[in-house]
Amino acid sequence: MTKSVLIEKVTERIGSLTRKQTEIVVETVFESIKEALIRGEKIEIRGFGNFKPKQRRARRARNPKTGEKVDVPAKRVLHFKVGKALREAMNPK
Amino acid sequence: MTKADLVERIFEKIGLSKKEAQEIIEIIFDFMKQTFQEGESIKISGFGTFNVRQKMSRRGRNPKTGEDLEITPRKVITFRASNQLKATMEKEYVQTDTGES
Repeated sequence: MTKSVLIEKVTERIGSLTRKQTEIVVETVFESIKEALIRGEKIEIRGFGNFKPKQRRARRARNPKTGEKVDVPAKRVLHFKVGKALREAMNPK
Repeated sequence: MTKADLVERIFEKIGLSKKEAQEIIEIIFDFMKQTFQEGESIKISGFGTFNVRQKMSRRGRNPKTGEDLEITPRKVITFRASNQLKATMEKEYVQTDTGES
């Protein structure tokens, strides 16, 4: 499923919004999450999951093919942890 | 940032009432949840991809008691940030962190 299909399905379900309005809402949701991540903030969507930027220190690694040493710069990576409600819904007992 | 902040943003941006904004946010995440339950992945361009993966049963151990046990087969969701998001996050990191070390 892609964003445009998501927008369509959500529009159908809501009924009171036009496709364009739903599109703005969906774009705003993901844009806001993105902006918060760029600021280094954690995002907590109760029941769905958390997005958390994590810092990785600079390190020296090795190119496994050539055995050469390479410097890996410090960077920020994104971690997503699935929420409890969603995890349980995926695996009903 | 939480769902309440998202509601606020949508309220400011399109003038839906807070109640309506809240409902639509719930619908969006509910719908995504349902899609995952059907085993389908979701790709949000410019943001990332949520994949549903089927894990097989395997032998595991309770780390607390050391007891052997079977980990049941299950579906898990993984998220991969899009290259665009990764690049933006890294760029900002470099900008905010130079001078520190």
